[in-house]
Amino acid sequence: MVQIIQDDTQTITIKGTREGLTLVIEDTCSYDEAIFQLKKRMEEAEFKEDEPIVPVHVKVGNRYLTEEQKKEIESLIITKTNFKVESYESKVVSKEDALAWLDEADVKRVMKVVRSGQVLSVIGDLLLLGDVNPGATVKATGNIFVMGNLRGIAHAGSTGNQEAIIAASYMNPSQLRIAEYISRAPDYETDGVYMECGFIHKEEDKIMIDRLQALSHIRKDLRGFERRMKNG
Amino acid sequence: MGEAIVITSGKGGVGKTTTTANIGTSLALMDKKVCLIDTDIGLRNLDVVMGLENRIIYDIVDVIEGRCKLHQALIKDKRFESLSLLPAAQTSDKSAVTEEGMIEIVSTLKQEYDYIIIDCPAGIEQGFQSAIAAADRAIVVTTPEKSSVRDGDRIIGLLENTEMERPRLVINRIRNHMMKSGDMLDIDEIVQILSIDLIGIVIDDDAVIKASNSGEPVAFHPNTKSSIAYRNIARRILGENVPMQSLEDKKGMFTKVKRFFGMRS
Repeated sequence: MVQIIQDDTQTITIKGTREGLTLVIEDTCSYDEAIFQLKKRMEEAEFKEDEPIVPVHVKVGNRYLTEEQKKEIESLIITKTNFKVESYESKVVSKEDALAWLDEADVKRVMKVVRSGQVLSVIGDLLLLGDVNPGATVKATGNIFVMGNLRGIAHAGSTGNQEAIIAASYMNPSQLRIAEYISRAPDYETDGVYMECGFIHKEEDKIMIDRLQALSHIRKDLRGFERRMKNG
Repeated sequence: MGEAIVITSGKGGVGKTTTTANIGTSLALMDKKVCLIDTDIGLRNLDVVMGLENRIIYDIVDVIEGRCKLHQALIKDKRFESLSLLPAAQTSDKSAVTEEGMIEIVSTLKQEYDYIIIDCPAGIEQGFQSAIAAADRAIVVTTPEKSSVRDGDRIIGLLENTEMERPRLVINRIRNHMMKSGDMLDIDEIVQILSIDLIGIVIDDDAVIKASNSGEPVAFHPNTKSSIAYRNIARRILGENVPMQSLEDKKGMFTKVKRFFGMRS
């Protein structure tokens, strides 16, 4: 029987950085081994109670972690300490994830008039060639582009993407929703505006509407795919 | 082989029954064999508008439930040989008319009549579903009110999900002075929102109410504006190219181009 003897310090490395702690888990050992070592390291380590919350960035190299495994590692890290897992960084993604990201990054082209009572919901960006009538709803996990009249409700970034925007040839919506932000039309009748877009203004902490041309300054990276590749 | 046209609106009280009666009458005036079907079970009034109320013996529910033959329930109009009415039941509710029942009745009637005009109940429930099930095409009636346009939009959405060809639009109860002052949605605006073809506009006319109350559809009296409007709709149904009636005596009502540029300025 061959026993793999590995140096503890090589399996789990903890480095302090300006952003908090970086926890590197070697990708050559088995998952069980990594967990075992991690447990050991966490038990050995001493932490003071009154320390502020420390963000931890977990780097796993060429190891693929399932959601359950991520949870297990997280539970090990946060026990007894005031650590908080901020991010996981892995060099590999699963095929499903990659395809889902691609789907989310895809522009879905729809040609129709979305009428009162109808809900058009897509994953990814929505390019609607047609109108959104009052009482109708369009939803997308990404951006919404309406080549036509937007008079109903548009919900971009419906799964929480605050970077999403809503653009329309003619904008006179009853509500604009981006991620969890909602803005509604004023109570008086308005004429609507042409070629404008709505987005979340971080400083004002609300949805703002501006000319389409302003987009190039506000959102340089409209494509979600690159973002997902970078940030997971 | 005839054609079945359903008159629908979603919202109640916009003039479906009046429109049905008048389009039917106008088509009959043009020597077409027409059968009107009232599917507003429990709240029938097409027979009242047509002045045929006291001739009802059997109704559509009797036909569907097999208590009588279809031809027994049909009422011949007192003015035209070529116009008939299949009245609704007053005692049952809307679920009594099934989609299959409607399809069967309409396909039978199609063999004998040129046009079958179906008066749809308000709402989008079973009654509506049954009424549209047998129709080849639909005419959506709306008034220049927001609520009515909204419901019309909903109805068009539902109609688009069926096999039917694109519905056409009648704008009813137009009040010219209110449209001009901007207190009412104007025709272009309504057409733009609903984005279907307009088949007719009817102004709000006292003569319509008077005629309905006397059991004589206004289309009989050729000298009112509303009567001409309904006759024009009938002619458009027959495929004629009739220009839209101007709301005022001056020209320039439908200069869309002008408005198009006007919007940008």
